[in-house]
Amino acid sequence: MHSFEFSTPTSVSEAVAMLAEQGANARILAGGTDLLIGMRAGRLQPGLVVDAKGIPELLEYQLGSDGLRLGAAVTCRTLYDDPGVVEGYPALIEAVSIIGGIPTQGRATVGGNLCNAAPSGDTIPALIALGAVATLIGPDGPRQLPVEAICLAPGRTALAANELLLSIHIPAPVANSGACYQRFIPRNEMDIAVASVGSSVVLSADGGTFESARIALGSVGPTPIFAQAAGALLAGQPVSDASLQQAADAAEAAATPINDMRGTIEQRKQLINVLTRRTLREAVSRAQA
Amino acid sequence: MSKVHVTTTVNGEEKEFLAEPRQSLLEVLRDELHLTGTKEGCNDGNCGACSVVFDGTLVCACCVLGVEANGKRVETVEGMATREGLHPLQQAFLEETGMQCGICTPGFLMASNELLKSNPNPSEQEIRFWLANNLCRCTGYDKIVKSVQKAAAVMGGA
Repeated sequence: MHSFEFSTPTSVSEAVAMLAEQGANARILAGGTDLLIGMRAGRLQPGLVVDAKGIPELLEYQLGSDGLRLGAAVTCRTLYDDPGVVEGYPALIEAVSIIGGIPTQGRATVGGNLCNAAPSGDTIPALIALGAVATLIGPDGPRQLPVEAICLAPGRTALAANELLLSIHIPAPVANSGACYQRFIPRNEMDIAVASVGSSVVLSADGGTFESARIALGSVGPTPIFAQAAGALLAGQPVSDASLQQAADAAEAAATPINDMRGTIEQRKQLINVLTRRTLREAVSRAQA
Repeated sequence: MSKVHVTTTVNGEEKEFLAEPRQSLLEVLRDELHLTGTKEGCNDGNCGACSVVFDGTLVCACCVLGVEANGKRVETVEGMATREGLHPLQQAFLEETGMQCGICTPGFLMASNELLKSNPNPSEQEIRFWLANNLCRCTGYDKIVKSVQKAAAVMGGA
């Protein structure tokens, strides 16, 4: 691995000052499960690595009536070890429980998964479906962006070189709502998604009609995709096989996959169709429960 | 680059070392602290040969920087056996031949120990799922699973 300086700021303002001075020469270290691998492979060569884990507010999360606020350095394992998060945010739990194996989940963070901006990042479609909003902070103070606006290209985000991710806020589930995240991999576990879908729905009080829905896709474009039209067309529609199929077809149309070693365009489009139906069906059954 | 002075606790003992930021916890354990029980396999978080417990959490030591250990607690395979004898997991791996070449064994022992701490009586599926981040190219895994089941029984979980 190349040589670099290492710093452990203990406050957000100290970290922001370091980024303001170093800009693109600095990288934030959260769980390190992508950063250290990228540096060892020579793909990433920052001159300064800034450890986020000395900053108490990045390690905290709050589960309250307004939702779940995740500090940027909260690990996957912290979340699925908390019964309150497991109960309230099953779609997020479905994503964080399948990223790598147990030792990876003990280090890997949701914030890091988002900032790594891989098209296949498992938490990202789940966060988009859940309507999550990221808070970034730089020298001019904090600003908020919906998660679907964070990833711009593989490995590239909307964060300026002098900004860091402070937290991610997931709104509290409203009445008659449900969400689900699923991916397809050819193995049983510990693999990178060939295609994935996160869906969330809000139903009428009797559970028979969609009030709204959000659908997001992974591994079928240069970034995770918010298939806004696919979710929007469900609003006002009855919960039926026909309406689910319409949404699945619209999600498939929003997918722009490539052929690569993990899958083909044809297979991935088909997978998006199937996974959209399956995640919607599961989200509906959670909303009706 | 200048070396960083790190003070950490390894298997209950305070240790100090100088490390370059680019050295992983795995390299520091082996090359600076001469604790060579923790093995290097893939060096990218896939194989689990370097599994250690870092501040109470099972991790791959290759995916942690040595300088991150400052002020933290690290547990390695060297801390498992006591003067009185082997840890029940080590004993069970011996009796059930849960190892052949042995390279993956320290990682399996550390990971299995963490499993039994949180789940003293795991099902076969739970064992296999938990150990999915540990690769063995000799045993075919069945003997490892049996070893963990035996240790769980000896330790009173079953």
